[in-house]
Amino acid sequence: MAMRILIIEDDREAASYLVKAFREAGHVADHAADGLDGYAMAEAGDYDVLVVDRMLPKLDGLSLIRSLREQKIETPVLILSALGQVDDRVKGLRAGGDDYLPKPYAFSELLARVEVLSRRRAAAPSAEATVYRIADLELDRLSHRVTRSGQEIVLQPREFRLLEYLMKNANQVVTRTMLLEHVWDYHFDPQTNVIDVHVSRLRAKIDKGFDKPLIHTIRGAGYTVRVGQGEGEE
Amino acid sequence: MSRGASPLSALGALVRTTAFKLSFAYLLVFALFAFVALGYVAWNAQRLLSDQFTSTIDAEINGLAEQYRMGGLRRLVNIVERRSRAPGASLYLVTTGTGEKIAGNVGALPSGVIDQPGQFETDYARTEDTDAPPSHALVRVYLLPGGFRLLVGRDMEESARLRDVIRRAFGYSLLFIGVLGCGGAWFITRRVLKRIDDMTETTRVIMAGDLSGRVKVAGTGDELDRLANNLNNMLERIDELMNGMREVSDNIAHDLKTPLTRMRNKADEALRLAKTPDELRVALEANIEESDNLIRIFNALLMIARLEAGNAREGLSDFDGAEAVRDVAELYEALAEDAGVPLDVQVQDDLPLHGSRELLGQAVANLLDNALKYGAPAEGETAQPITVTARRDGGDMEIIVADSGAGIPEAERSHVLERFVRLETARSRPGFGLGLSLAAAVARLHGGLLRLEDNAPGLRAVLVLPLRKMPDQPPVPALSA
Repeated sequence: MAMRILIIEDDREAASYLVKAFREAGHVADHAADGLDGYAMAEAGDYDVLVVDRMLPKLDGLSLIRSLREQKIETPVLILSALGQVDDRVKGLRAGGDDYLPKPYAFSELLARVEVLSRRRAAAPSAEATVYRIADLELDRLSHRVTRSGQEIVLQPREFRLLEYLMKNANQVVTRTMLLEHVWDYHFDPQTNVIDVHVSRLRAKIDKGFDKPLIHTIRGAGYTVRVGQGEGEE
Repeated sequence: MSRGASPLSALGALVRTTAFKLSFAYLLVFALFAFVALGYVAWNAQRLLSDQFTSTIDAEINGLAEQYRMGGLRRLVNIVERRSRAPGASLYLVTTGTGEKIAGNVGALPSGVIDQPGQFETDYARTEDTDAPPSHALVRVYLLPGGFRLLVGRDMEESARLRDVIRRAFGYSLLFIGVLGCGGAWFITRRVLKRIDDMTETTRVIMAGDLSGRVKVAGTGDELDRLANNLNNMLERIDELMNGMREVSDNIAHDLKTPLTRMRNKADEALRLAKTPDELRVALEANIEESDNLIRIFNALLMIARLEAGNAREGLSDFDGAEAVRDVAELYEALAEDAGVPLDVQVQDDLPLHGSRELLGQAVANLLDNALKYGAPAEGETAQPITVTARRDGGDMEIIVADSGAGIPEAERSHVLERFVRLETARSRPGFGLGLSLAAAVARLHGGLLRLEDNAPGLRAVLVLPLRKMPDQPPVPALSA
């Protein structure tokens, strides 16, 4: 599903890199070079996600987001920031941003987050469904029960949250950082392969003994839950 | 003081000094004081003297008038003549109603003096030496019955002499105060200003770039010495910081150069040797991995720098330290088990902290990373678990991560907390030497510290963090560098 993405970034080189990379990933990307242009385009165009740099000429990123929210424009916003300080994330989210990524970042990380944001918007009501289903795997968020082909699978609480997040964003790539953020509520860069170990344990419980694996590793990016082979599958 | 300039500008410099201004002000005050004191004494003495004169004169007039009443003019003249001959300051004159002199030792008088009864001051001349300059006297004229006039007076010479004495005393004291003031000014200028000038000179040397300069301490323990000591301590601290900075930037240059060079060489090699697009692809991917590492190093460095600058303080909040440690331990449990080193986690409940759960989590994660990386048992030995303990210790929370690996030699322990410092034995393993620095910086942000101890064998890293005081009184984290 192609997304319409607006990139509001004053650094031309970074912006053209992003526009190109998003187009290669099959999306439609526009660019605004300052806060006022960005605001006008975001207000007029129907975008799925806005990628907003925090420091912009004419109108800074946080004010732009605040103004959009006051106009009841609820397009998901991902904030890019060179600051990356502890309270920056909090300030950004408080201003109405939906996600936050400190510079420098890997494009795969940005892409995964933008896709998750846009999907969340498209499928907002069903995301709050009480039961997630993919193929023969079922996760009941209320009773905390997980079954595959009718067989109950016993998960640790953390494993349950991990699977819940993966299934909520089924068919999309989620990165290790995103998992650390949403499952453990920590926002640092996992230096070692801590996340991988947890995912492989979960995978052992979910996929072992079944023909079709559901948890896939996406090389250089992260993980995804979906039916069938993933591209770049290892 | 003077730097060999012209005498005039040296004088100008002297006038501008604090010592000169102070001395001048004190000189003025003391002179005024001497003036007032001496003036008061002079005025009182003068008054006392004239009172005495007046009463003496009155007594004599009364006595002489009595004699006149009893013995007539003859007797009065006799007494006056006898008294007139006696040496002294007393003046006598008896005249007729028209002013003709009958007896006495007063010669010339300004005209009309003898006609008005009462007491006043007047010039006069003595009969015996008419050449002498006219003197000044306090006199009283008395009308005797029968029209005769009696004048009794007192020469004012004494009073004038007293005034002279006082005037001279005033002059001397002014001179004395002046000399003393100048001496004091000179002393202050020499002793005190000299030392301040020394300090100025030292700071000039330091401003010129030589940080080794120190202010001289006289050893008297006075306020200037205290100032000098503080200045020296400050310089010491600045010197230390500068050296630290230099060391860090040297380290940064070195540690960033290595991966950069590796990256460059790999790219170069791929360009020269790669035959297929796939080989190029592999080389490019390796390059991306290397640059991701560099980005990680930069992020860690920036974070440490921010923590040490105290900028992160705004985002602090209250959180449960026990839960934070449990979460991180749980995050690493699986990894440790896979590595064959079980985690033994013992966390006490109720450890309220004020700070950043994020940063504390990262610090504990770094300690666990280290423990897993370097705490592995030697070949062939059974794995000892890594213990993670969080407990209350008085007003502090202690987070202890202990492994049974090679540990860190005691001499190196404080050193490894510095940025980029890695033990020689660790050089071959992945890592940047920033993990412990970051953990230490996080501890300092929370007003605590990171302690490295011997676990015999292995390393015991202890994060000591002050607990939040209940109810909701967050401790103000002191930034101790």
